[in-house]
Amino acid sequence: MAASINTTIIKNGRVFDPLNGIKGDAKDIFIRNGKVVTGLSGAEARDALVIDALGKTVMPGGVDSHSHVAGAKVNAGRLMRPEDHYKSARPKTAVCHSGSGYTVPSVYKQGYDYAAMGYTTVFEAAMPPLEARHTHEEMRSTPILDMGAYLVLGNNWFVMRYLKDGDIEKAAAYVAWMMRTHKAYGIKCVNPAGVENWGWAKNVHGLDEPNIHFEVTPRELIRGLAEVNEMLGLPMSLHLHANNLGHPGNWEVCRDSLMIPAGIDPRNKSEIAWGETRESAKRKQSVYLAHAQFSAYGGSSWRDFASGAPELAKYINQVDDVVIDSGSIPFGPATTMTGDGPAQHDLYMLTGQKWSNTDVELECGSGVLPLVYMKSSPVHSVQWAIGLEVLLLIDDPWKTIMTTDHPNGGIFTQYPLLISWLMSKKARDDTAKECHKWAYDRSSLGGVDREMSLYEIAILTRANPARTIGMAWRKGHLGAGADGDVTVYDIDPDGLDVSDSAALRGKLARPDYTIKDGGIVARKGEVVAVPEGRRYYCRPYFDESIEKEMMADVMDWFKYYTVGFANYPVPDKFLKNPVAIEVNRPMAVDAAATARRG
Amino acid sequence: MAEVLLKLKEKIGITVEAEVIRPDGFAGKSAAEIQALPVWQGPRKLALSELFDVELRDGASAQPGETAIFMEGDLSRVKRIGQGMKEGKIEISGSAGMHLGEEMSGGSILVKGDAGSWAGMEMKGGSIRIQGNAADHVGSAYRGSWRGMTGGEIRIEGNARSALGAGLVGGRIIVEGDVENFCGIRQSGGAIIIKGSAVRGLGAEMNGGIIAVCGSIRQFSPGFVYSTRETDPVIGEVRLEGSYSRFTGDYSLGKNVKGTLYSREG
Repeated sequence: MAASINTTIIKNGRVFDPLNGIKGDAKDIFIRNGKVVTGLSGAEARDALVIDALGKTVMPGGVDSHSHVAGAKVNAGRLMRPEDHYKSARPKTAVCHSGSGYTVPSVYKQGYDYAAMGYTTVFEAAMPPLEARHTHEEMRSTPILDMGAYLVLGNNWFVMRYLKDGDIEKAAAYVAWMMRTHKAYGIKCVNPAGVENWGWAKNVHGLDEPNIHFEVTPRELIRGLAEVNEMLGLPMSLHLHANNLGHPGNWEVCRDSLMIPAGIDPRNKSEIAWGETRESAKRKQSVYLAHAQFSAYGGSSWRDFASGAPELAKYINQVDDVVIDSGSIPFGPATTMTGDGPAQHDLYMLTGQKWSNTDVELECGSGVLPLVYMKSSPVHSVQWAIGLEVLLLIDDPWKTIMTTDHPNGGIFTQYPLLISWLMSKKARDDTAKECHKWAYDRSSLGGVDREMSLYEIAILTRANPARTIGMAWRKGHLGAGADGDVTVYDIDPDGLDVSDSAALRGKLARPDYTIKDGGIVARKGEVVAVPEGRRYYCRPYFDESIEKEMMADVMDWFKYYTVGFANYPVPDKFLKNPVAIEVNRPMAVDAAATARRG
Repeated sequence: MAEVLLKLKEKIGITVEAEVIRPDGFAGKSAAEIQALPVWQGPRKLALSELFDVELRDGASAQPGETAIFMEGDLSRVKRIGQGMKEGKIEISGSAGMHLGEEMSGGSILVKGDAGSWAGMEMKGGSIRIQGNAADHVGSAYRGSWRGMTGGEIRIEGNARSALGAGLVGGRIIVEGDVENFCGIRQSGGAIIIKGSAVRGLGAEMNGGIIAVCGSIRQFSPGFVYSTRETDPVIGEVRLEGSYSRFTGDYSLGKNVKGTLYSREG
């Protein structure tokens, strides 16, 4: 066999590959040169690395579509919390750097901890344009993981001005230019119109409340950005952090926000080579709601606080154009960090904790505040219940993604704990007994009998995050052409006792193997190899003449920035192993049109 | 009772991280095993016997509670003595370095000389008695945290410096001498009794617990409100003699604060 060909066979595992409809069948997985293939030649098989997965659970490598792991606010979280670091030191090993940080680990530790838990792909949920360099620098230093970042645009002066003027084409041209400039993967919209008001110590509280100076409403921004998203044809839909986040009674605003993009068809105009899947690997949603738990609150104050998840889930069950991630609360220390400056200030007023706030010039804002979620707290107990309700009450698992909005609701290393609750009613009941009685009194969780299967867990943690963000062309499944990212858990699906929560958690936390691009990166929770990951970003294009006009506006307003224009873009050297995805490229569009005519 | 004698061989230059020196770590070990325990000095890993003459009297005891460690010499550059100890006894005839008895939950430590900063940091139980002076952050929370000592007692017979009892949640700290700045900052429980004087920032942002100062307070924190006069107030089991003004605060933190500050009158 040629020395350049590397092959891996994962033999006899019980495979859960939802995008290919495989529900625990005993099956071999073949990988050649980092890609899944349907089979290997005799010579290739003879020299292959063979992993015996008999009686074990095999899934595609984990995909986290919403996590805060790189950038200025993440680093602020590290800097302002020495107490988060001194008991969580990780010593250096033969292949790993040392690291520290429990709720906000150092970049190295993040990469190792994710890989050790079976995750190979993690996307940073909020990259302010001005902080794009910093974000890319941290991603560049994160080992093993494939990554990308969503650009925060919901309070951007240019976007707000264009959408107020109804100039959707210039808005699209601006977004396309910004994504190319900052090497961003998707569009994130955080508290639209509200964060700009935070510059004036205010917020917005309704979808039709215009903000100060720009006089644009959350509704106009959500609709406009969702339209721009599909005009450009990005791999991922608009990613929305709804208004009124963290406030009692916000489920209605959240539901109404999700209605805004209704009728906008998802269109993926990216040039990518799709792996083979039985189910469609293309996203169906036109809006992807971030951390639904924080936006599914009932009641009208903290006194009558209750879950609003049943009402929110009822709406989502009726529609096909919404996907949510949960932002669940597994209890324990967390560091809240969001681009939603006013929401963080509310949390500061509530807790008196130390608090960091940043205004990002013409673009957005952010806040950081440490928090401990306690079972003894009535509100936290309800939040725990809501974080599970949003996953259990939405019937179709293809509309849900499991996250903790790391490190806002909890830490990504607590995912096994979340899974144990989703898979076992007993585990939920046992935890509810330790919680304040509000947990079940003020939510519907106690009456929920649903117990998820390993297949559903594979949807929530791999297949659907990958599909939702448009990465299922190579991630989240094990069809031919997919990346050779595989997790092998020491879980026998036949003998699985979900009521033994501790045993299940241990097996999920330390998979037998984490395989990245066909190579073993972690073994029983220990990182054994540290390859460099890839950085995905989109290069969308729009009508050249409109882009030209748009650039004149940008140059005119750039005087309000504290940076020079030449220092604004992210240079290539900030990315290691970049993978640019061409989107809506004029040549390609013309070629396709010609082909159709032809 | 097993007694382990550690005698410092020569003056220490670069500080030593000696968290292995604790009764629970020595219990059940032979002299040779104790001598081989690792300590770090800068980048070098040393055996305990490279720094100390180790002598084991009365044979080893399997019980940490039956183990006493006696240390001789100037240990002001030996850090983390008794860190995390749960039982037993340590007696230091000279001075101790930083982080003495940090996070200990039981047992006792006696220092006949001075103690460095961070003594009794986030301590949960047991007792520390310092016959000399103590430096900063005694009985406080770790940097960045406001959850300090939760139980036990620290008694300082000399003076202490700044941030004594910062973030105190429970337990008691008694200082026979003076303290400097920000004593009891962010205190939420427990008691601090200062027999001498305090400089400034006393009880800043406290919302619970008690601070009593028998001497003078050079610059009183502005967020405290006078409530009443008390004669011979009793704080825990300690009765203070004389006439005291009682204040509540620190109202700079919020409306519902329950910190109590006693200041001696006249």
